[in-house]
Amino acid sequence: MPEEKQNPDFIPRLISPREFFAEGNRGCQGCGEALAIRQFLKAAGPDTIVCSATGCVEIISSPYPETAWRIPWIHVAFENAAAVASGVEAGIKILKKHGRYHDRKINVIALAGDGGTADIGIQAFSGALERRHNFTYICTDNEAYMNTGIQRSSATPYGASTTTSPAGKESIGQTTPKKDMPMIAAAHDIPYVATCCPSYPMDLLAKAARAFNTEGPAYLHVLSPCPTGWRHESHLTIEIGRLAVETGVFPLYEIIDGKLKMSVVMKKRKPVSEYIKHQGRFRHLRPDEIEEIQKNVDEKYERLLHRAELDQSLEN
Amino acid sequence: MGTRTGMEVSAAISEAVKLARAEIIAAYPITPQTHIVEELARMVADGELYAEFIMVESEHSAMSACVGAAAVGARSFTATAAQGLALMHEMLYIASGLRLPIVMVVVNRAMSAPISIWGDHSDIMAERDSGWIQLFAETGQEAFDLTIQAFKIAEDQRVSLPVVVNIDGFTLSHVIEPLVVESQEDVDKFLPPFKPVIQLDPDKPITIGAVGFPELYTEIKKQQNVALVESYKVIIEVWKQFREQFGREYHPIETYRSEDAEILIHIAGSTAGTARVAVDMLREKGEKVGLIRTRLWRPYPFGDIRKTVAKAKAIAAVDRCLSFGGPGGPMCSELKAALYNLDQRPFIAGFIAGLGGRDIMIEDFFTIVEETKRLLEEGQEDEYRMIGVRE
Repeated sequence: MPEEKQNPDFIPRLISPREFFAEGNRGCQGCGEALAIRQFLKAAGPDTIVCSATGCVEIISSPYPETAWRIPWIHVAFENAAAVASGVEAGIKILKKHGRYHDRKINVIALAGDGGTADIGIQAFSGALERRHNFTYICTDNEAYMNTGIQRSSATPYGASTTTSPAGKESIGQTTPKKDMPMIAAAHDIPYVATCCPSYPMDLLAKAARAFNTEGPAYLHVLSPCPTGWRHESHLTIEIGRLAVETGVFPLYEIIDGKLKMSVVMKKRKPVSEYIKHQGRFRHLRPDEIEEIQKNVDEKYERLLHRAELDQSLEN
Repeated sequence: MGTRTGMEVSAAISEAVKLARAEIIAAYPITPQTHIVEELARMVADGELYAEFIMVESEHSAMSACVGAAAVGARSFTATAAQGLALMHEMLYIASGLRLPIVMVVVNRAMSAPISIWGDHSDIMAERDSGWIQLFAETGQEAFDLTIQAFKIAEDQRVSLPVVVNIDGFTLSHVIEPLVVESQEDVDKFLPPFKPVIQLDPDKPITIGAVGFPELYTEIKKQQNVALVESYKVIIEVWKQFREQFGREYHPIETYRSEDAEILIHIAGSTAGTARVAVDMLREKGEKVGLIRTRLWRPYPFGDIRKTVAKAKAIAAVDRCLSFGGPGGPMCSELKAALYNLDQRPFIAGFIAGLGGRDIMIEDFFTIVEETKRLLEEGQEDEYRMIGVRE
């Protein structure tokens, strides 16, 4: 387009203006998931089928007879987004062979939250990755069962108070560390794994495009701030996503054919307290407990940097 | 022209799936279903069947993958048994609720615990109300024929519902029977390619599996029930076409020496073969005994049942399933429900037999008929008896 030639660096012109996830969906104000979906669908384009797990996304986007989806979309159950996507992918493959489907590339996406991925859906998830279906699994991680009322999942971070891991006299809240889904995905030796966050739209779009262009299974883990569940002000969604990255709580990286590469290395990371101070789910934490979390984040981050260094040195 | 041959019934079902040109097979191994999926896997590996075989990690995913594949318009098949069917439970309701014409063979097996790999009907009875069209086969030929018919019934645009074909574990799945395998050409004539009612298609984007609020849920469920009830007409139509093309006749209820029978034995599945021998032996002794066998279990053929049993004095309803703490066998209950409002109805005696692979012998049917006569004389109703229990 001529405008692009005049000003190629003007970011909005680099992104498709088409919206495949309609405005007016029933997401909460400041919903990180809705934003993430809007973004990755721009990278996917119209030749895309989304297989959604039960959860917030399904509820906010498909109150019959309304729908927010401008691409073909199917929701089946909670634990099986990956299995449904397996059937969709294999179905298209055989129909194409028989000349009974469009002979063009169709992006098949399985979309689930952290509960639908790390807990109830991990079996179907693992099975579909192992079988090497040509699809992209996207986990929009808001770190608890938000749809049912903020219950803890295995992706809830240590110290977060939820309705089933409430902070109290005898408890810090969530007592276990967050399950590391991107690394579990990577352990399946799939060709592409990436972490991203809608606070960094260009990074998310680029990674989504790479995932869709990957032959075989790809996995995107999207940190999706949730004002309702994290108890932060809704205008802070973008800010909190950035702080998650800037503090090292949620590092952005890619694992391409088994080799880890940091998308950005935070040489001077902000203190974790900057990230958690905005969020009511961490309100109860004492300074010594925040210090403990800081220590864990630092350790994990350093380990990641070492792995990235090692992988890049093997590359060379 | 078909070929008359001897074949393991599981292999015959695989052959039927191949002749039906199934495009997706998603399955997880479970005894006694394994021979069906092993044979299908071999056919795909040898290039005899051009399908995608998805060797999923569970039965739940098997049905989920079939749902996804049927939603893009691929002809989808799976097979399972017992615990596998129970694991699919959630998905069975969704497959029928989304009106996806998936075909499944259930190789009927007892439910754990205690764990048992052997046959009875307790697995499918737990899925009675899942909205699937449900058929029971007695013989290998019937299993072969019903499997092909199932695709045609399911995919009929007036129906668009999933179909399950039940065959008894081991007593049918693992025996070699003589049967006619029809030619590809003839099956193609009978079964056209799948044209889905709804399809995930980027050119015509639709939303499948939306949220149903209380204002609409009831209406949607009524529509689904109407579709299932009205599938009866299509099933009869398909059987008529099948008879015209292949010469074998199918009815919702099969009868044997029932016209003048005073006592009718009722059963489903392969045990009917034994019952038929028992009927012949009792007839030789001058007893007016006949047999009725339910082939079509859902939609329930109320009219056929009422007509068939109208003149009988008593029905000995034999179930290979026990509804714990309830009125006995599910098929017996259904018979009672179908006949209750009639002015004149036969006396019904319920029997539970053949649980967890226990053989039902000819002598068992003698006992069943004797008991039925005794109960009829005494006029005792609303009781059921378990046959062959060691006390």
